[in-house]
Amino acid sequence: MVDRTAFWKAETRTRASSLFLGAALVLVAVAIAAPAFVGRGALRDLFFILTMLVLAQSWNLLAGYAGLVSVGQQAFVGFGAYAMFAAVSLWGVDPISAIVLAGVAAGLLALPTGFFVFRLQGAYFAIGTWVVAEVVRLSLAQWKALGGGTGTSLPAGATRDFAPVAWIQGLFGVRPAHAVDILTYWLALALAVAAIAFIYRFLLTRQGLGLAAIRDNELAAGALGVDARRLKWAVYVATAFITGLTGALIYVQTARISPDAAFSVVDWTAYVIFIVVIGGIGTIEGPIVGVILFFLLQNGLSQYGSWYLLVLGLIAILVMLFAPRGLWGLFADRTGIQLFPVRRTLRQAGPKPQTSDSRGGPHG
Amino acid sequence: MPILALDNVSKKFGALAVADRISFEVPQGQALGIIGPNGAGKSTLFNLVTGNLAVDAGSIAFAGQDVTRLRAMRRCAMGIGRTFQIPQPFGKLTVFENLLVAAAFGANEQEADATERCAAILEETGLARQANRVAGSLSLLERKRLELARALATDPKLLLLDEIAGGLTEGECGQLVETIRAIHARGVTVIWIEHVLHALTPVVDRLLVLHFGRVIGIGDPREMMESEAVREIYLGIEI
Repeated sequence: MVDRTAFWKAETRTRASSLFLGAALVLVAVAIAAPAFVGRGALRDLFFILTMLVLAQSWNLLAGYAGLVSVGQQAFVGFGAYAMFAAVSLWGVDPISAIVLAGVAAGLLALPTGFFVFRLQGAYFAIGTWVVAEVVRLSLAQWKALGGGTGTSLPAGATRDFAPVAWIQGLFGVRPAHAVDILTYWLALALAVAAIAFIYRFLLTRQGLGLAAIRDNELAAGALGVDARRLKWAVYVATAFITGLTGALIYVQTARISPDAAFSVVDWTAYVIFIVVIGGIGTIEGPIVGVILFFLLQNGLSQYGSWYLLVLGLIAILVMLFAPRGLWGLFADRTGIQLFPVRRTLRQAGPKPQTSDSRGGPHG
Repeated sequence: MPILALDNVSKKFGALAVADRISFEVPQGQALGIIGPNGAGKSTLFNLVTGNLAVDAGSIAFAGQDVTRLRAMRRCAMGIGRTFQIPQPFGKLTVFENLLVAAAFGANEQEADATERCAAILEETGLARQANRVAGSLSLLERKRLELARALATDPKLLLLDEIAGGLTEGECGQLVETIRAIHARGVTVIWIEHVLHALTPVVDRLLVLHFGRVIGIGDPREMMESEAVREIYLGIEI
């Protein structure tokens, strides 16, 4: 029998990524325990960071990998939020089930909206997604049972009477409002970890490789057998689902909704694009760096009113001019460090078999 | 049964007929050369065969199956591999990853199985040392080799080469011709568009001459090169 043991293998893991994985597990464990030693204010800040991180990772997958530069992701934030409100307020569903339903609803909304926006390309696609978001906003503003154009609040007790909230109250000995904050924080943490793990795992699959090929050269990808249309659809629907889940979670925490806030292009798309661009588009590390910087800027500049937006714009321009691959890109280029490596490196795993003609290798 | 059969294939860009009722067949295992002046419609013909362009009229059959309306990715999966005249690498992926895309999608292989075969193709095409380099940083010769390597990774039954020797030095060209000869010797059907005639003619079994979107002759390479019509078209070009 011929020994068919492979002597070539493809590796993705690096030393830095293995160390980082260990550190990340410790960090997540600390984050789970955080409600025991941080106050409500800090929990709300962490909730904000985690939910913005999920939105940024999702937009990064869409724009940075699939090349679908959408400025209408607020459609799925708002739709998810309204779906959750409807499920809780009108149909008496518990908040966690309602969040899952909202994600599914946002994923379903992506089917008809995708039908229209996928007929457009580049800048027209971007404008198309914004138009779709406005159509969804105006439609939901007609929903009188959920407050129409002025909005509504979640019914009192919808979250406080929820069994897990009572359990958290008992566990930490806190008031109901604080327990709701702990629950939403944990959900945001779970969502962020799950979203990053899902996106990273996906990028390591065959389909993830196909997506990178489409990003680099769609013409060649098609000629080599990659189904660009199907992959883009899959990413569009998946990111709508993730974005819808996040939107619903954000509005479980705020407990008050209005069309203008839920479909805000500044809050749910412009800030998200800022985070991805300054952190580094097309990397998983980029949005993590970006969201931390964004949070620090927002806190540091909050007392300066509209100067804050001017400074954000200025920073975005400077980063685009001097570090077009974002701050993480700049760091990674200099150090070669990748925390979430997706590059498949070809390595010799064993000795080459002795053949008279080595040109063709074992299959030659 | 021919591996490729074109029947009255036509394509117009506005008023300009870039393919005008083109009909020919390529038997399995043959190497067919395609020549013609710039703008004769050679690359367009490849785009029609691979599905990167849709035909206006006529039909294309591959291995006995009508593929006229199939998308490029489907035709690739069936066994039509191609190179592009202007190399189209996945610039941010490594050379190895470029091949992996072709093997995983074009040949429908699992990544683990594809790794060995991709490594072998890299050796055969002289790219083994560049395996882990980003494709965007390659030289012209390396890019041309990558085009060939990537097409091979799709495990093609029919290989379409679009001016793969253009722009290379004499020595580089010689190496490439040897590689193509070896691939053809394994039974892969080759259709090769080329301006560098001294590279083309020793390899191909038949030669097709295209002019203004029309086939003006197809047959033995030597006879074609000596024909009146070809000499007229190539007037001023050294044969």
